[in-house]
Amino acid sequence: MVEFALPKNSKITGGKTWPKPAGATETREFRVYRWNPDDGKNPSVDTYYVDVHDCGPMVLDGLIWIKNHIDPSLTFRRSCREGVCGSCAMNIDGQNTLACTRSMHDVKDGAVKINPLPHQPVVKDLVPDLTNFYAQYASVEPWLKTTSPTPQKEWRQSHEDREKLDGLYECILCACCSTSCPSYWWNSDRYLGPAALLQANRWVSDSRDEATGERLDNLEDPFRLYRCHTIMNCAKACPKGLNPAEAIAELKLKMVERQV
Amino acid sequence: MSAADTPKRSMRTPLGRVRNLGAAHSGTSDFWRQRLTAVAMTLLMLPVIVVVMMTLGSNQAGAKVILGSLPIAVIMMLFIVASTWHMRIGMQVVIEDYVHGEKLKLVSIMLNNFFSIAVALASIYAIIKISSGV
Repeated sequence: MVEFALPKNSKITGGKTWPKPAGATETREFRVYRWNPDDGKNPSVDTYYVDVHDCGPMVLDGLIWIKNHIDPSLTFRRSCREGVCGSCAMNIDGQNTLACTRSMHDVKDGAVKINPLPHQPVVKDLVPDLTNFYAQYASVEPWLKTTSPTPQKEWRQSHEDREKLDGLYECILCACCSTSCPSYWWNSDRYLGPAALLQANRWVSDSRDEATGERLDNLEDPFRLYRCHTIMNCAKACPKGLNPAEAIAELKLKMVERQV
Repeated sequence: MSAADTPKRSMRTPLGRVRNLGAAHSGTSDFWRQRLTAVAMTLLMLPVIVVVMMTLGSNQAGAKVILGSLPIAVIMMLFIVASTWHMRIGMQVVIEDYVHGEKLKLVSIMLNNFFSIAVALASIYAIIKISSGV
């Protein structure tokens, strides 16, 4: 059966409260999930106080401030700090989102609570192991597949056909959607999840691609595709404002269209 | 879940694990039939409620008169077929979602099929029996 409870050694116990920064006139409380693979202890939640007058406005700014001024061992991924790379995806105040585009002032009431993306193995602190997620993306073969001779210049596409890719090509593979999906939590070994399926639909919808049927064949499976029950957490979580549930519904519609 | 808790994995590559046995090339039929039976039930719901209201308070002879009408018996049987089929598919989805052991899953799906067919046949038999007055 599905495991609804965390394994014993994944249960959160205790945590350290770090002293408030000296001389700070206004601070913001951060409660951050900590887990170190090397010390053999259970995960904990540490409490930090960030000097808001010495720090940028975003949650990522707060984390970087903590790492620079309080605790250099705090581990998280980040790169572009502008919502393009998808590295700093984490669960902030109960919502999967990007730390770089979520203002700490938008987190109302008390502490900014930060956890790694849910239901993924943790590498350390806020870094999840996304190996399976990336392999699922690779399995949809996210590149143009053609058999016609390659044209002298580019593969041509009308403006109308190009518009069909809007709402799909913008995905940055941050994994906020897939890790917010209960179906993905229970069956991530077989269900491809919202992100990989949105990407699959991006290639199925591409007028230049000549492997549409083959792509649909590869997705037609009770687990790969049909675990989506339109729960819509994916659309709520997507920090880019995309709608993976709609993309999956389009895939299902195409499946029916070629049968009925 | 920390990395140390993950079940011991084989040495297959991540892509090999994702591809696994390949796509089943099925699932669309069940997806379509679930919608088909949902629409059928929506259409049949009102007539079925009316028939049930008509039989309220009547004895077996009264019920026989009502269900003895061919259109009414057909409506009731269509509703039974649509609802038990819908029930079978819906329950199978729940089993596939939550039951992960392969053996337990197969047994659950079998029992689900047997139960749905038994409910459908028993209900249809009851309607035929009442309507024909046997």
